[in-house]
Amino acid sequence: MKSISDLLGEHPFFEGLPPEALELISGCGTNVHFDADATIISEDEPADVFYVLRSGRVALEVATPRRGPLVIETVGPGEILGVSWLLPPYRWTFDGRATISTSAVALDAACLRQKCDQDPVLGYEMYKRFAALVRDRLQATRLQLVDFYGNNAS
Amino acid sequence: MTPRMYEVVARRDDLPDTVTLTLAPVDEQCPTPAIGQFNMLWAFGIGEAPISLAGFENGHLIHTIRRVGAVTNSLAASTTGDQIGVRGPYGTGWDLTRAAGRDVLVVAGGLGLAPVRPIITELFANRSSYGRAVLLVGARTPDALLYRDELEQWRGRLDIEVEVTVDSATPSWRGDVGVVTRLVERAPIDPENTTAFVCGPEVMMRFAAVSVVDRGVPAAEVMLSLERNMHCAIGHCGHCQLGPEFICKDGPVVPWPRVKPLLRVAER
Ligand SMILES: Cc1cc2nc3c(=O)[nH]c(=O)nc-3n(C[C@H](O)[C@H](O)[C@H](O)COP(=O)(O)OP(=O)(O)OC[C@H]3O[C@@H](n4cnc5c(N)ncnc54)[C@H](O)[C@@H]3O)c2cc1C
Ligand code: FES
Repeated sequence: MKSISDLLGEHPFFEGLPPEALELISGCGTNVHFDADATIISEDEPADVFYVLRSGRVALEVATPRRGPLVIETVGPGEILGVSWLLPPYRWTFDGRATISTSAVALDAACLRQKCDQDPVLGYEMYKRFAALVRDRLQATRLQLVDFYGNNAS
Repeated sequence: MTPRMYEVVARRDDLPDTVTLTLAPVDEQCPTPAIGQFNMLWAFGIGEAPISLAGFENGHLIHTIRRVGAVTNSLAASTTGDQIGVRGPYGTGWDLTRAAGRDVLVVAGGLGLAPVRPIITELFANRSSYGRAVLLVGARTPDALLYRDELEQWRGRLDIEVEVTVDSATPSWRGDVGVVTRLVERAPIDPENTTAFVCGPEVMMRFAAVSVVDRGVPAAEVMLSLERNMHCAIGHCGHCQLGPEFICKDGPVVPWPRVKPLLRVAER
């Protein structure tokens, strides 16, 4: 069976990190599995973990009073679920539900933050990677606002 | 320049504003189209509009038309037995010969699935001539997905990877939600050995082309199908001009590097 460190090493988000860094991060990780329809994160709950997705798909949802839940984004294998653990107040802003059977490595946020504080080189590297992730998501969200596929985008 | 007469032999309502018509020649037929070319469809008494070929089967032309104005409204209102004038085929097609032996990545947004449909037909007809085949489709919502039945059929095949994403959905949608560029990041291709064909509204194509190139696909291997207002469709009137390019004859299919600097200029 693969170790957490191996699993992280295979994930695009951690590509290029030295083995020692992977080893250090993997100390905060556990293997997790969610059945289809399982709730993984809930709006306003503490963001004390984030997920390195290995397989499956997670829908980020926002509850609306009239239309019920709306899916605003999905994340899948090779992606990360959760950025709210990075900065106070460490709370989820959306619900996250597995749409199909999903496997991930869960990384304990407090544990990782502590390691980042103790090892600023690792911390800087992690925050750079998360900054790129947040930039990509922001850009994708902006494009979603353009009506990318309709007449407005012609 | 004189239109040939075609009769509507089948009509399918795809979406509330979009229909697919199958046209059979009444007598003389237009030359056989290359995939990716378009025809000028003539609604009698109203005018003409360039419409891509969504298929060519047994001499029948297949066109998918979205109602946006006078001509497309009239064309889309046609029913079986009605006649339509056809001029064409015109323009450059999707050059599949350059993709021989390579992975093929097709990225389509909204109505852009219609002009790339013949690429999928060709891939299935000559599957062994190509490497991996990946089709990425984006739409506003699940209800706005074109050719949904066909997408489901293609998805069921083992020799093509089909990924569909929408901008927003209710939880009953089990697929991806997010812009189509995000699917490019994880498409199962060997980027350096990939030829990409991109079709959709212009903003979508611009961003999709950038993400395909960011993924490592050589820029010269990224083809786009452009739309511009057209009149003559044979390179005479200049209506379709984009910089030095006449989209009716130098396009609609053009390599990304040639049009990249021109695409941020608003059409007048
Ligand atoms: C090479 C090429 C291939 C095309 N293929 C297809 C196709 O397969 N199916 C199809 O439905 N359409 C296609 N089009 C677009 C189609 O030609 C136009 O929608 C049509 O000419 C509009 O004519 P109209 O008289 O109905 O509307 P107009 O009265 O000319 O326009 C009505 C409104 O629609 C807007 N409009 C015009 N053209 C477009 C456009 N291309 N996209 C979005 N909004 C537009 C105008 O700005 C105006 O606001 C293609 C265009 C080109 C150049
Ligand atoms: S439409 Fe006349 S030159 Fe292209």
